[in-house]
Amino acid sequence: MSAKILSPQHTFQAAWIDQFHAFCTSDALLKSGRKLAAALVIPAMALALFLILWGGLASRVETSLGTLPGPGKVWEQTQVLYQEHLTEREKAAAFYERQEQRNAAKLEKDPNAEVKVRPYTGKPTFIDQIFTSLGTVTTGFLIASIIAIPIGIICGLSATLYQALNPIIQIFKPVSPLAWLPIVTMVVSAVYVSDDPMFAKSFVTSAITVTLCCIWPTIINTTVGVSGIDKDLINVSRVLRLGWFTKTVKIVLPSAMPMIFAGLRLSLGIGWMVLIAAEMLAQNPGLGKFVWDEFQNGSSDSLARIMVAVLVIGFIGFLLDRAMLMLQRAVSWDKSSTIR
Amino acid sequence: MSTYLSLENIGITFPTDKGPLTVLEDVNLKIAKGEFISLIGHSGCGKSTVLNIVAGLLQATTGGVVLENSEVNQPGPDRAVVFQNHSLLPWLTVYDNVRLAVDQVFGKTKSKQERHDWTLHNLELVHMGHALDRRPSEISGGMKQRVGIARALAMEPKVLLMDEPFGALDSLTRTHMQDSLMEIQAELNNTVIMITHDVDEAVLLSDRIVMMSNGPNATVGEILHIELERPRNRLELADDPTYNHYRAEVLRFLHERHAQPDVPSGKPKAKPQEPTPAPVSVAQETPVIEKPTQGHRLTLAVG
Repeated sequence: MSAKILSPQHTFQAAWIDQFHAFCTSDALLKSGRKLAAALVIPAMALALFLILWGGLASRVETSLGTLPGPGKVWEQTQVLYQEHLTEREKAAAFYERQEQRNAAKLEKDPNAEVKVRPYTGKPTFIDQIFTSLGTVTTGFLIASIIAIPIGIICGLSATLYQALNPIIQIFKPVSPLAWLPIVTMVVSAVYVSDDPMFAKSFVTSAITVTLCCIWPTIINTTVGVSGIDKDLINVSRVLRLGWFTKTVKIVLPSAMPMIFAGLRLSLGIGWMVLIAAEMLAQNPGLGKFVWDEFQNGSSDSLARIMVAVLVIGFIGFLLDRAMLMLQRAVSWDKSSTIR
Repeated sequence: MSTYLSLENIGITFPTDKGPLTVLEDVNLKIAKGEFISLIGHSGCGKSTVLNIVAGLLQATTGGVVLENSEVNQPGPDRAVVFQNHSLLPWLTVYDNVRLAVDQVFGKTKSKQERHDWTLHNLELVHMGHALDRRPSEISGGMKQRVGIARALAMEPKVLLMDEPFGALDSLTRTHMQDSLMEIQAELNNTVIMITHDVDEAVLLSDRIVMMSNGPNATVGEILHIELERPRNRLELADDPTYNHYRAEVLRFLHERHAQPDVPSGKPKAKPQEPTPAPVSVAQETPVIEKPTQGHRLTLAVG
């Protein structure tokens, strides 16, 4: 009962000290410690278990290229691949230096001499292939988004257009873009003819293949998002007599944004998977070609090098998804909704 | 009483799978400038339909709405609507929600600074000046409805249409909102049509209560003139015999003469023109049938 006589100030102080005390001693730390454990320790343990299983089981599988590589061998090849990249860069730098010296010497003798600057034509390294693949998937994805979002908005707003386009979308959606690949390749070689092409044909082919598989999820999700707008919000825009552009920008787009981003994330994930396959099949530069070349190469290190590529592909796919997630969170107006 | 807004012979029929359904029939109502009208009636009697027709969101099958001598046939900011579930854009802040309406209505007539001030003025009017940067999800239901009212008022409408504006609020918040609305109404003297289910709310706020018969084929049943002095105070009125008499009148209409049928019957109800022992204050409006002339349509086409 004595607590009741305490002055408010006193009570406040006591509470503050209590809290500090509690924080220092146990409760809060224990709680955050448990959270930390859940967030770090458990996944780490699972990963360790996975590595042990991998190392133990892989060595038992005999193939014509030796046993399957364990984690150690894969790590070794990772370093080798990086070293190869550095060596190749040095070679390239040396090549350009020599070329420059040669040209300078030529010019010194005869200032009117025609000098040629040739690009270095070394084999693309693993790191180069990563960036090629990333560039291709980004291009294909962006083209798809630019096409798909407006189509989705129009389909969402007009029931007639939706009915008109729906069968086409439904039929093309389940088609694997790899089935398109031969057609795309032929069309690109027939149509994309230029003496000094800005992009390589193989790049255009891969990017279009990615585009073809990226547009469908975005179109469908955008349509669903736009057609699901609260009818009262449409009434608000009618009462305000908003023009169609203001209506689209101020009401339709923000309202459909969560669904549009869900579609974009799906698209990018599918696009990345398809790209690797397309590169393997069409021998277009990129990670897929790297995997295929290693397979054809058939050295005792090939399987480990392919495994490096597999892990890198997975990791990049994960990073792409995270990047989209962050973008989605940044543009989402509903901060309370959990997006994962 | 000069007529400002006039509902003339309004009827609306919706096609359904079972054939056409006439929801409203021969709705006639004349409203003077600055009048506060409540529409009351059972659920499904077509109150909202009447409001949506005045708003222009629905087109009447027969008859029409004439506002200041021109016919109404599309939605517009001169008939601002306060929706039951506030309908604020969830991705815009309180300020931006009102500003969107202000920019749309006064974009050409007011300068940027004037529009800013006008937005703030209207938010102050509903006592929401403290939460300009909050989003609708961060404020309470009552506050959202205040912002909805501010947005409607900011359009400087000729008629303010309110579709059960406080229906979704708890009763304490509702009384606050009603008091606020009376304050605003005393200051601005808008022409208002409000739908309500709440008998007290109707008697407290209105100049006239329009009681609607049950649907289908619903129409204006009776009109009750509320001749209570303004400003009205709910506490003083609680024991006021006149106030309680009005309340009783509305209750009798709703629960005696037009009790909600347990089973919705397909056959149209008899026209509710039963002779009622008319109390002093209950005026039976004789509907004046007046077809909008061609001239009205022309005015609209030009404007």
